Amino acid sequence: MMILLNDLLQGVLLGGYYALIACGLSFMYGVLRIINLAHGSLAILAAFALFVLADRYGVSPFFGLLIVLPAMAGLGWALHRLVLERSQRGGFLMPVLSTFGLAIVIDNLLFEGFGADTRSLAPYIGSLSYDSWNLTDDIFVGQLALLTFVVAILLLGGLHLMLTCTPLGRAIRAVAADPDTAGLLGIDATRVGALATAIALITVGIAGAFLAMRATFDPYAGAPELIFAFEAAVIGGAGSLWGTLAGGLVLGIAQNVGAQLNPQGFLIGGHVVFLIVLLARLAGGRLRLPSLTVRQA
Amino acid sequence: MTLLCVEHLDVRHGLLRAVRDLAFSVEPGEILALVGANGAGKTTLLRALAGAHLPHAGRIVLAGQDISRMHAHRRVAQGIALVPEGRRLFADMTVAENLKLARAAGRAGAWDAAAVLEVFPNLAARLSARAGTLSGGEQQAVAIGRALLTNPSVLLLDEVSLGLSPAAVDRVHGALAALAASGTTMILVEQDLSRALRIASRVICMLEGRIVLEGATATLDRAAVTGAYFGLQAEPVAE
Repeated sequence: MMILLNDLLQGVLLGGYYALIACGLSFMYGVLRIINLAHGSLAILAAFALFVLADRYGVSPFFGLLIVLPAMAGLGWALHRLVLERSQRGGFLMPVLSTFGLAIVIDNLLFEGFGADTRSLAPYIGSLSYDSWNLTDDIFVGQLALLTFVVAILLLGGLHLMLTCTPLGRAIRAVAADPDTAGLLGIDATRVGALATAIALITVGIAGAFLAMRATFDPYAGAPELIFAFEAAVIGGAGSLWGTLAGGLVLGIAQNVGAQLNPQGFLIGGHVVFLIVLLARLAGGRLRLPSLTVRQA
Repeated sequence: MTLLCVEHLDVRHGLLRAVRDLAFSVEPGEILALVGANGAGKTTLLRALAGAHLPHAGRIVLAGQDISRMHAHRRVAQGIALVPEGRRLFADMTVAENLKLARAAGRAGAWDAAAVLEVFPNLAARLSARAGTLSGGEQQAVAIGRALLTNPSVLLLDEVSLGLSPAAVDRVHGALAALAASGTTMILVEQDLSRALRIASRVICMLEGRIVLEGATATLDRAAVTGAYFGLQAEPVAE
């Protein structure tokens, strides 16, 4: 019984990590209707930036975030102005293809620069990467896992508050709902979209930091992270912030339960739950795939 | 000084010329009604004035400044607000949020939430309701209030009585009459000819993208307006 409880707890904590990594993906889909296939690669890019700061300049990954997150915000702004906004004019598929291409470019540039070696930020955060609190003989809580979970809650809560209580949040929601009408109220939809992408990439940067602290990464590690983020976002309801948390928890628990059933069941458990939820949503008409329409500039 | 001047305006939807070589001007405080049958180009003209549809040719000059190539959000800052056909509220946002959006992005001026609630007092009790749950008349009040909160120098209204009950139409037009009395400059598109003639100080009748009749409501013959409306008048007057 205690072992099962511990598995459940570890699943919940792992779910916090998945919610964190899915947060930016869900936010971008929710407010810009863009499926960002470069999401995982951008997280890995942030991880490498933190690694360089830690390895070459001795900057702690937590302090490194003070440099990397503004850089990610700037990258998000440029990404929207140079790629996403233009590609959105070509219909729903164009941003998907553009970000897919971007992911390939980022992955290969990282490979060119850093080689195929795996790296981790764990050596730069002291004992945080492995310390835990033992609640009983069979139940323990990893400090980094708990920190990740708390950061996920704070990040999702912060985004929720920003969207509901600030002028920028209202403008983002207005542009997401009807960019033409938002323009008629004086809102610059292009500027708001760039700001939303900058915010999304800040969350991607945070996710990349925790990814690199809890595990190893290499230049091509973005794709698996994208799959986990995608699964968490879809299970929770694409575009819903708190749904993303729920999706992350379900995915984390499913993977842990799967691992208990079979040593190979960790990934399969998550994929099976994802497919069941996806098929149920499609059958119930609750998940509608966007139509291939061309948006006005 | 003329507030709004439109010169040789040409607006197209692809190959279709929806507005053809149009010219007119609007003085401060004037209420101009645009009337005409469906497809005459009235909505396209309003959207072109608001910047939602950039013109193919011609000039739009607001208070001496050429705003022809400005996008909609920049024209709001210059003093143009459009109440679009169908209201186009943000249905998942509350009434208060819809109003705050306009207040945050619009110009500074006399219109604030209190002033809007004075014109539309029934909204006071509905501020926390989702806009999509309001009645048609209430939604129209929010749409007009939202436009007013940008503090426009010219308020454009597109079919504000469309789809509303007669009682709701009365309330909306009562509010427009109050706005007119306060000196707000308005250009309104209205299918109901009687109501348009009642509130407007001047009328422009459009047919196939052209002006076919123009004049002060006090001097225009109702039969002439009706004739122009249905295309019974021979020659366009604005070419």
